Amino acid sequence: MDNPKIDIDLDHEELDVVCERPDTLKDARMHYCPGCGHGVAHRIIMEAVAELGIQDKTIGVAPVGCSVFAYHYMNIDMQEAAHGRATAVATGIKHILPDHYVFTYQGDGDLAAIGTAETIHTVNRGENLLIVFINNAIYGMTGGQMAPTTLFGQKTSTSPYGRQREFNGNPLKITELLAQLPGAFYVTRQAVNNPNAVRKAKKAIINGFKYQELKRGTSFVEIVSNCPTNWGLPPVKANEWLVENMLPYYPLGDIKVPSKEDLQP
Amino acid sequence: MGELRLMKGNEALAEAAIRAGMDAYFGYPITPQSEVLEYLTREAWLRTKASILQAESEVASINMLYGAGGAGGRVMTSSSSPGISLMQEGISYIAGAEIPCLIVNVNRGGPGLGTIQPSQGDYFQSVKGGGHGDYRLIVLAPATVQEMADFVLEGFELAEKYRNPVLILTDGALGQMMEKVELRDQVDRAARKIPGWATTGKTPDRAANVLTSLFIQPEEMEQVNLRLQEKYKVIEQNEIRYQTIQVEDADMVLVAYGLSARISRKAMEICRAHGMKVGVIRPISLWPYPSQVITDAAQHAKAFLAVELNAGQMVEDVRLAVNGRCPVEHYGRMGGIIPSPEEIVTVIEKLYSQVS
Ligand SMILES: Cc1ncc(C[n+]2csc(CCOP(=O)(O)OP(=O)(O)O)c2C)c(N)n1
Ligand code: SF4
Repeated sequence: MDNPKIDIDLDHEELDVVCERPDTLKDARMHYCPGCGHGVAHRIIMEAVAELGIQDKTIGVAPVGCSVFAYHYMNIDMQEAAHGRATAVATGIKHILPDHYVFTYQGDGDLAAIGTAETIHTVNRGENLLIVFINNAIYGMTGGQMAPTTLFGQKTSTSPYGRQREFNGNPLKITELLAQLPGAFYVTRQAVNNPNAVRKAKKAIINGFKYQELKRGTSFVEIVSNCPTNWGLPPVKANEWLVENMLPYYPLGDIKVPSKEDLQP
Repeated sequence: MGELRLMKGNEALAEAAIRAGMDAYFGYPITPQSEVLEYLTREAWLRTKASILQAESEVASINMLYGAGGAGGRVMTSSSSPGISLMQEGISYIAGAEIPCLIVNVNRGGPGLGTIQPSQGDYFQSVKGGGHGDYRLIVLAPATVQEMADFVLEGFELAEKYRNPVLILTDGALGQMMEKVELRDQVDRAARKIPGWATTGKTPDRAANVLTSLFIQPEEMEQVNLRLQEKYKVIEQNEIRYQTIQVEDADMVLVAYGLSARISRKAMEICRAHGMKVGVIRPISLWPYPSQVITDAAQHAKAFLAVELNAGQMVEDVRLAVNGRCPVEHYGRMGGIIPSPEEIVTVIEKLYSQVS
């Protein structure tokens, strides 16, 4: 069947603009697979930067992983880090620019495997950074290998019979672990699988940026995301799988929030 | 004249870094260079508000350096051999992203955990790579405590001029020995111009600055490499540093850097007193390497002897420069043993009798 002809004049003057690309996002087509959460996560971070009016004072650090090209989309100054080292790079930036807003954007392989030491020590020192952690329970970029966050029974290219404790150890709840550290100021787990979740995740990211002004420690925002391609599921099914399988193990919500006194300037 | 002090090499280096207007230092303790971190944590914040951070590892230190250098800071780290090995990943990224910074290796004996005594076993690692990919570090080799201090500001300036990491390759003996040192005046941190490429926050008047070593398209990656190689050629044309001592009439030329150059010079003096025409070429920049001065000396010299605290590493560069014009021998001690001048004189005498 032919596609129905849609006759909309997009340049029509009388159309109201409901939602625009903020200036903090470059006018570039993203390379992410259809339905992937990375694109949404990028957008809400950049919307947060635009709404806070801090584009000229924000430095981002891109990881190694599918979002390695984050700087192709985010219209802010950025540095690309080696696999796992993003929080060390961000620490360096913050020590030169203590009044700027610095964030890292990292996948689970990057942050919770190769970069575990850097992550723990950065948070434990209480560096005034925002760490955005995209947990899709798999290594996306290298083609779907097991991540520390891969769930029991989850099939990946390196856990072909499903992750088993005796061979592969346990899925790592790095976020809960980090929340134990005194340097962690704000720790929360959010998702981007539906509009309501996206709104909450964006609020968390805005908090993470604003808390840097207090210089009281690290903000850590986990975003439970998906990888339709390597999960071998179409986008809608992937989000269903996320709700059924990931959220029971990685429940959404705040894990550590600043007290009223913590928030006094 | 600057302020005169009696200082340890490591402390002179740290003091020079403060005076050079260093903005940040990131490091992790390892003998024989821990005094650098200790001195800086004691002095730097109080005097210039420079940020000094003891990292959790050398891997973290070098990546902090990457971030801080990328944000426009004048930044330094120091370590010793096993720590420098851990930094190689970051050094490759820093070279690839062209971020200026100063790295100091107070070389100790290896391989592995080795010994804490001085060595020159990291020559290959310093000048031939160490990390992955085609890149070069500018490598400076001090031979005195004075040079430990002097090469800091020089290193920062070279790094910033070429947007390239600079390595000071020294050793445990120079780090630990005390000598008189003349210190420069304090550079004002605030007066330094922050480069336009640094990630300091995108303002409306410019495009976003991106620092990366990732160029996934092969054509683009090749262009980046070609551009880097062009930069390295310019450095080779402009930044070769060396010292020659009585090379003009020498029948035999010793080639040595750093600590072994000091010993070689003494050996040369003993030989001269015995009527042997011996000279010394001391490469100061180990990369770019002073090949031409060796090639020139090979027009009249009858033999070369590379004296190193290793199994024979720099001797390969001497051989390349001499290019078969006359014999090139190597003498080295390892494991942290420092040869005496007399020991080297014995080697010279043997070689000298064969060629003259
Ligand atoms: C030192 C090093 N080891 C391994 C790799 C290969 N590598 C690239 S991306 C990646 C995994 C990334 O997974 P994750 O952080 O979960 O991000 P995702 O791709 O899922 O978004 C690996 C192992 C690398 N680039 N560098
Ligand atoms: S491989 Fe997975 S994580 Fe990577 S872009 Fe595709 S869907 Fe997203």
